[in-house]
Amino acid sequence: MVSEKALLSKLSPEDMPATEVSQRKTLLWKIARHLGAMAALVLLGGLLSATLVRLAPGFDSDERELDPRLNAESVQALRQSRAGEHKIFSFYAGYLRGALHGDLGVSHALGQPVQALLSERWPVTLRVAGVGLLLAWLLGATLAFTACLWQRPIYEIFGTTVSGVFLCIPAAALALLSVILNKPGYLAVALIVFPKIYRYSRNMLAKAYALPHITAARARGLGEVRILAWHVLPIAGPQMIALAGITVSVALGASIPVEALCGLPGIGQLAWQAALSRDLPLLVNLTVLVTLVTLLANSGADVMNYVLRPHDA
Amino acid sequence: MNVARKLACAVVVAVCAVSLAANWLAPEGYAKQFRETPNAPPSHQHWLGTDDVGRDRFARVLYGTRISLLLAPAAALISTALAVLVGGLAGYLGGIWLRLARGFTDLFLSLPWLFLLITVRALLPLNVSPMVSVLITFFVLGVLGWAASARVLSTSADGLRNSDFILQARASGLHGPRLFFVHVLPNLKPVLYAQFWISIPVFILSEANLGILGLGVAEPMPSWGSLLRELEGLISFREEPWKLAPLLLLIVVMTSFQLLLSNEEVTA
Repeated sequence: MVSEKALLSKLSPEDMPATEVSQRKTLLWKIARHLGAMAALVLLGGLLSATLVRLAPGFDSDERELDPRLNAESVQALRQSRAGEHKIFSFYAGYLRGALHGDLGVSHALGQPVQALLSERWPVTLRVAGVGLLLAWLLGATLAFTACLWQRPIYEIFGTTVSGVFLCIPAAALALLSVILNKPGYLAVALIVFPKIYRYSRNMLAKAYALPHITAARARGLGEVRILAWHVLPIAGPQMIALAGITVSVALGASIPVEALCGLPGIGQLAWQAALSRDLPLLVNLTVLVTLVTLLANSGADVMNYVLRPHDA
Repeated sequence: MNVARKLACAVVVAVCAVSLAANWLAPEGYAKQFRETPNAPPSHQHWLGTDDVGRDRFARVLYGTRISLLLAPAAALISTALAVLVGGLAGYLGGIWLRLARGFTDLFLSLPWLFLLITVRALLPLNVSPMVSVLITFFVLGVLGWAASARVLSTSADGLRNSDFILQARASGLHGPRLFFVHVLPNLKPVLYAQFWISIPVFILSEANLGILGLGVAEPMPSWGSLLRELEGLISFREEPWKLAPLLLLIVVMTSFQLLLSNEEVTA
């Protein structure tokens, strides 16, 4: 079967502009489809969380109704204020209408606008998850590259043992240990994420190093650094960029137990509080936000791969 | 099987056997309170000391290990069955069903696992009897943990759908459930087994995460998660190192699982 690239190479120069236009159209169509799929997933994610909260036992109960100082009218008013949440589709449509106008609703549990809550808490999560992710990549990638560059058993054993141990400790236990040892929360996030980075990077690099042309390059006397930069990274690079996108989601997930147990007032802690108090507006917003960040991170990795290696896309 | 894998297999079997013998090794049970000796250090009576209400920590570790090691495979069974139902069937049917299943799988995979798990578990009743809490916790793990396996299974089943032997079976007049159960499903077995085994350590860790956050198995019933929650009251590692026993056991068992699963399976 003749490949698409081979066919393109056989085209005459006069045909090329038409081909380029067609390629551009295909690319634009792909981007549009990707964006459409992303939007659909984000919307469905929000609807899914709204449905889950609505179906959760105890959704109707409101602690404020137990306040003996409130009279029957006030209790009735409280119930009326949540009446709109009972029909999930109309609630969700209303939420989307409000979101388009910048109104994300009011948190029932915390009594504050969701927008204000998110804007005051996201810097904490950005620091905890961001610095943690950066440290995790520094540690994981350094160990993986060291093991591949200096192919000595000691590096391999050290990396595998350390990552193996941290892979076996629950994220929440690492968060607790960071509290006991009085270490910052981002360190716990780093230790949760780094084993995954090390294992996957190590596997990808090992597969790339096992290719015949790398052996040939080594036989011809090329230095290890040159082999890594010119022959291994171009093969393993795109997968590592994709891994970077996935680790954003892992770090975000890890920040929930870390923030909840370390008492850090970030988005993770907010998600924890929202779930416990069945706070519908807050939980829907957080689900949409988390889904959006995860999808953007993965799409960002795809875009980066396309920019770096457009012919492989 | 190399030495490390043999050793790992021996460790898992030994831990399972000892935890199954909990009734004989710790006949007083996990809930008996020795009120005169709360927070006791290790002794002949209490090998790992007692907790703050005087319960024997060794007995709790044994019973907790039994619950975690028995119910994680049960949850893995649920998630693998759901993965077959969503991914395997969609891959076999192809077309719109495959696209729908992949969209649904993408939706689950686009939410971080811990976020999804903690949110859903927190939404379910927490003030329930210990046995119900055990069932809810592991059922939630099973019901939510299918997406990654379904993705793998849908790809495998999609590949099988267009294979020669399936085409021949179709040409011979086989179709519908019979074709799926007799020809497709048996060929998915290796992938199914791999997904089942991979899910077990994931669910053990997830239960531990839920337990530490107070969303797992309810007191007084122990599990690895509720045992690790005790670390909250740890003053220092040097003064009370025995409190780290459940964590160390968890690390040993999880490491054994890691060694048992080959590299290909782990990275699948």
